[in-house]
Amino acid sequence: MSRIDTEIAVIGGGIVGCSTALHIALRGVPVVLLEKRQAGAAASGVNFGGVRRNGRALVELELAARAIDIWRRLPELVGNDCEYSPTGHLKVARNDDDMAAMATHAEAQADYGCAVEMISRNALIARYPWFGEAAVGAAWCASDGQANPRLLGPAFARAARAAGADVREYEPVAALEKDGDGFLIRSETGLEVRARQVINAAGAWGARVAGWLGEEVELWPMMPQMVVTEPVPYFIEPALGVVGGDVYVRQIPRGNIIFGGRSGTADLDEGFGHAMAEEALGTLQRTAKVIPRMADMNIIRLWSGVEGCTPDQLPVLGPSATTPGVIHAFGFSGHGFCLGPGVGAVVADLALDGNTETAIDAFDISRFQS
Amino acid sequence: MSSDKNILIVGAGPAGTRAAEVLAGQGLRPIVVDEAPASGGQVYRRQPAGFRRSAKLRYGFEAAKAEALHATFDALRERVDYRPDTSVWSIENNVAFTTGPDGVARIPFAALLLCTGGVDRILPIPGWTLPGAFTMGGAQIALKAQGCAIGERVAFLGSGPLLYLVAYQYAHAGATVAAVLDTARLSDALPVIPGLLTGGTTLAKGLWYQNWLRFNGIPFKRGVRPIAVDGEDHVSGLRYRDVRGRERHIDCDAMAFGWGVKPECQLAELAGCDMRFDAIARQWLPECDAEGRSSVDGVYLAGDGAGVMGADAAEYRGELAALALLADRGVAAGARRRKYLKTRLQRLMRFRIALERALPYPEGLAAALADDTIVCRCEGVTAGDIRQSQSLEPDEINRAKAYTRLGMGRCQGRMCGIAAAEILAHRKGVSLAEVGRLRGQAPIKPLHIGIGGAAAEDDPERAASI
Repeated sequence: MSRIDTEIAVIGGGIVGCSTALHIALRGVPVVLLEKRQAGAAASGVNFGGVRRNGRALVELELAARAIDIWRRLPELVGNDCEYSPTGHLKVARNDDDMAAMATHAEAQADYGCAVEMISRNALIARYPWFGEAAVGAAWCASDGQANPRLLGPAFARAARAAGADVREYEPVAALEKDGDGFLIRSETGLEVRARQVINAAGAWGARVAGWLGEEVELWPMMPQMVVTEPVPYFIEPALGVVGGDVYVRQIPRGNIIFGGRSGTADLDEGFGHAMAEEALGTLQRTAKVIPRMADMNIIRLWSGVEGCTPDQLPVLGPSATTPGVIHAFGFSGHGFCLGPGVGAVVADLALDGNTETAIDAFDISRFQS
Repeated sequence: MSSDKNILIVGAGPAGTRAAEVLAGQGLRPIVVDEAPASGGQVYRRQPAGFRRSAKLRYGFEAAKAEALHATFDALRERVDYRPDTSVWSIENNVAFTTGPDGVARIPFAALLLCTGGVDRILPIPGWTLPGAFTMGGAQIALKAQGCAIGERVAFLGSGPLLYLVAYQYAHAGATVAAVLDTARLSDALPVIPGLLTGGTTLAKGLWYQNWLRFNGIPFKRGVRPIAVDGEDHVSGLRYRDVRGRERHIDCDAMAFGWGVKPECQLAELAGCDMRFDAIARQWLPECDAEGRSSVDGVYLAGDGAGVMGADAAEYRGELAALALLADRGVAAGARRRKYLKTRLQRLMRFRIALERALPYPEGLAAALADDTIVCRCEGVTAGDIRQSQSLEPDEINRAKAYTRLGMGRCQGRMCGIAAAEILAHRKGVSLAEVGRLRGQAPIKPLHIGIGGAAAEDDPERAASI
């Protein structure tokens, strides 16, 4: 049995955990990260790849702005741009009610310094003649973008290691307990980590970790399921999503179109998400209504991954309500890819300074305690 | 028949046909799904309607077996639910998803017999993506099914039983065989002569083809190492090193290459079968007992898809797996037949192992490929890309896939997976087994969005948020 003493232990090596480890290590504080499988391989690595503020909950906008600032600096921070591309994002409405709701939201977003332009059906078709009749208009956010999820988590893990963090893969955490003025973490391989602070960045498994501390949070697994076409000539420049979330589409310059909108399945104990053919068929049908020319294309692969979803679909981010020394950052409810790089910076603030300038009050775990 | 009693056979080649024969014989009316327009599999592929070349011309020594297998299947037509031109593209929760002439269908099953066959085992070499370069099996199918040659002056490169057979068939059909280049050395075969001798007529046929090629003045070299396929926009020649290390060149306008056959096991993987690394085949195969039971209850494997043993063995394995399925369902029949089939298969296995060693896969060739050689042609990933991904610390091949797009294209790594694993293993200094295998993902063959979408129910309640 081996044992490590450190200042801060991070449970979970997704984008949130890896960004946290990097930002802590950059400030010269010893940090150990334990990941049950491979860094950035669960929800962080298999999601859609959207980096957007368009249509995002207002309480998340400050955090998103901080994240997007980091997204733009990825090459200097982690040595890889992770194919981040500020293509803009279209939120597409299929009826007038959705259009009106988006217009209201766009006005509110302006107060957060996020410019969103409403586009009528005619203007939308003039810009993007490939939209089908299902699209009645859209909200356009030019500062949004997209990136390659497969690259992001591993890039942060490597950068964290290079900055001095001890990032350990294939170390599933089995137990967490108080130990004097700190904590003792045991992994399934027998590793013991003693740390003064613990970061719960366990994603879909975050509620289990919180449960060890007596904090009950309802967290459902969600398994967004993606589909990809074979390469076709590039025509979809912006990333886009339809109001309601049942269709979202982006194309990479090499030609493949990545899209999704339904859920696969997963077993949290097993740890993998599985794509489901029946759900993929639904996605094909609904996407082809939004972009009819896609009906003539072939898909070549499906995949899914496991993410944790809270009752209000907002993350749990902030200090533990029961246990000083523990900071939660899990349950991102499908928003963790865009936000993750910024979350790491915020958690590092909380762990090392005791506070952060970014607004995170809406994410406090105590909101779920009756 | 209610759907929960369906027995689904995937593949109507030698294994699928014999399995269907056994099950239909018990009045069970299996569903037989097959990608081809007619039964027979790749080895006994039929010619299109209206073609009139004789079986002897198409199948050579194997004509009688081919005709018998075709006749068996044709006689079953009223007793099986046969769905030709149909692909299974996913399997989950005891439902197979197919696409065919009538669009997408879902086939729930109580038992599944996967007789999915094999595909060419190829190694990339510089220039292998030029027009005019074909896999050995592809070159043979062109001739067998449609009477077409891949070129007028054709070179054959590789190793394995097909090398001599296809060269012989091309010469016989009137093409000029520029050369037959075998990467195996005669010395590979010497230690395993006793095993080879168990092959009987199969061995005799192989030797006969080799002698025929020599007797007819066709250049036939052993122990070669390929250097490159030459050509600007089409194959114009082939360069190789002979057994003494001298560089040689031959002119040709087409070339066929391959190192035997590898199993198609994606559906077994999607069905949840455990996989194991097989040191003889040098790749991952589905776990399977001597009678074809996989690790999943109700899922049976037969034929080359469960590990390559050839067409004769596939007939035995199809019959055996169907008998095992019946026995597992409490039909007390065929105990003696099962024992007999297992004995026959053990003998064929001895020959198979000897053959793998006599005509070995050329170890080290992939690892030695120049950096600019394309390995994954679907995604344009080179050997150098795979090696450079090492700087991103991939601990296994799916990580290298994530970093490089290796195996993410139309074929999902079926063609390049073996070579890519070798390159990565060599670079990391670990064994082939340690780098793992590219995980199978649905759809295992490209699926048309319009056709797939038409089969869906529109249900807005099932939306997921993102």
